[in-house]
Amino acid sequence: MAVNYREAKGSNVSRTASEIPEEKVPRSYISQRAEGIPPSGIRKFFDLLLTMDDVISLGVGEPDFNTPWNIAVAGIDSIEKGITSYTSNKGLQELRDLVSSYLSQHYNTDYDPDDEIIITTGVSEGLDLAVRAVVDPGDEVLVADPCYVSYAPCVMLAGGIPVALPCPAEDEFRVTPDALLEKVTKKTKLLMINYPNNPSGGVMGRDDLKAISDIIVDHDLLLLSDEIYSELTYEGRHVSPASIETLREKTITLNGFSKAYSMTGWRVGYLCAPSEIAGAALKIHQYAMLSSPTMAQYAAIEALRGAEDAKDRMVAEFRMRRNLFVAGLNRIGLPCHLPKGAFYAFPSIEGTGLTDEEFAERLLIEQQVAVVPGRAFGSSGIGHVRCAYAASRMDLEEAIRRIGIFIDSI
Amino acid sequence: MDEKDREILRVLESDSRVGAEDLGTMLSLSPSEVQARIGTLEKAGVLRKYTAIIDWKKAGEDGVVALVELKVSPEREFGYDRIADRIARFPEVKSLRLVTGTYDFQVIVTGRTMQEIAEFVSGQIASLENIKETVTHIVMKTYKEHGCELQRSEGLERLPYSF
Repeated sequence: MAVNYREAKGSNVSRTASEIPEEKVPRSYISQRAEGIPPSGIRKFFDLLLTMDDVISLGVGEPDFNTPWNIAVAGIDSIEKGITSYTSNKGLQELRDLVSSYLSQHYNTDYDPDDEIIITTGVSEGLDLAVRAVVDPGDEVLVADPCYVSYAPCVMLAGGIPVALPCPAEDEFRVTPDALLEKVTKKTKLLMINYPNNPSGGVMGRDDLKAISDIIVDHDLLLLSDEIYSELTYEGRHVSPASIETLREKTITLNGFSKAYSMTGWRVGYLCAPSEIAGAALKIHQYAMLSSPTMAQYAAIEALRGAEDAKDRMVAEFRMRRNLFVAGLNRIGLPCHLPKGAFYAFPSIEGTGLTDEEFAERLLIEQQVAVVPGRAFGSSGIGHVRCAYAASRMDLEEAIRRIGIFIDSI
Repeated sequence: MDEKDREILRVLESDSRVGAEDLGTMLSLSPSEVQARIGTLEKAGVLRKYTAIIDWKKAGEDGVVALVELKVSPEREFGYDRIADRIARFPEVKSLRLVTGTYDFQVIVTGRTMQEIAEFVSGQIASLENIKETVTHIVMKTYKEHGCELQRSEGLERLPYSF
């Protein structure tokens, strides 16, 4: 099918340079959509961080382990063998097959590798694809708040209207039926959630998901579930919304290899959805991305085939660090719930009398520890700071010591 | 011996300085229970020694390490064990293993100089009864020791912040 290009309507009359009016308003080359994305409010803070030495950074959103070597070797092998061409748009068949059986074994979901799974360039691309595949201009999209920083901008770039759905600390950062009902309107198309949650470490169990499933069905909403931290679940097992029968046809599942296998820089993830939605997402993916990096896809195959032990060791290490770090925070007087997943602690700093921004900035300047002000993740994050415990135990203990000194000095 | 014991052992194997209190927090046990478990593991000879991995080259020690292969004739009554015991008692011998393949014992020997190693191997080991053959390999460079990569700094480059 040929694409119909609209004919440009230029003037046929030729003009000489002297006839062009001299005074004119400088033209803005930036699209209104791009202009409409607000700049990060905490840019200044991070610029400051970049100028400082000797900082213990708990501001990092990625594991501190190297990619397990057998996974890296699979990527290197594909380069050495000259397997560096595009793959099919959907991604390698073998990888989609493995993703399908991995999800079914671990999370009891049922996705057809042929037309319900797309290998994406990280979950970030999957998020953009999913939103663009289902959101029309003017559609409202509920974003469980606090959340990863790209959700609202993604919605805005698709012309949608992001609406924050408050998931405060007192609800353990979960979506509750009451909060959801309060924000749903006739225009609501999509609900975006991320559990285990960045930045709070909160999770939603089967009962929590079932409690909101009727509302999703009754209002004919779609659910976008970003499950990138699913393997990093420390209490009980992760529950995938798509494993709940009534939600299966309503859910777009995003996941990937970055966090569980320490593969952030490889850029490989996947989108799973009922075939109609996956098909729409695939159209966008084939024009915007073509395919996920080929060597990364081969590495991902190895991750699913032979990295269970390495993953289990990393998860065990994160669990121990979590216990150590959160106990340390509570000991020095920063109340912190025990996060059930991901690798973030999200203590409340309200007792210090500082705002989260002031807290983070002063902690950085006075004790050289970097944490992220909670407001970066939405208004439900205000009064909290995100501390990634993806750092060595030695650094975590030193960070606790320095934060303790800082709190005593306020 | 249960999963918690094994978890304790795994932590101590990677860092033997972690104290009972931290271990307890990390593994959701009380410090006294950790202490009791460690005591039991020590008594049972499971937990053998708390030690450190040292890059002696960097410490300015020009010691020599050698890998020695030994072919021996096993004794009728004791097999390899009595010979092994004799070899193992020398402090110069850092490790001793009975292995499959073209030789029987693999011995790691340390000394101050190559000469010292040569004298030790020929004088103390080769002269033992039942030793049929020795082959000595001098270590030129150690890349990895007890799971620790010595030529590469640990850790990885990350952005100081990301979301």
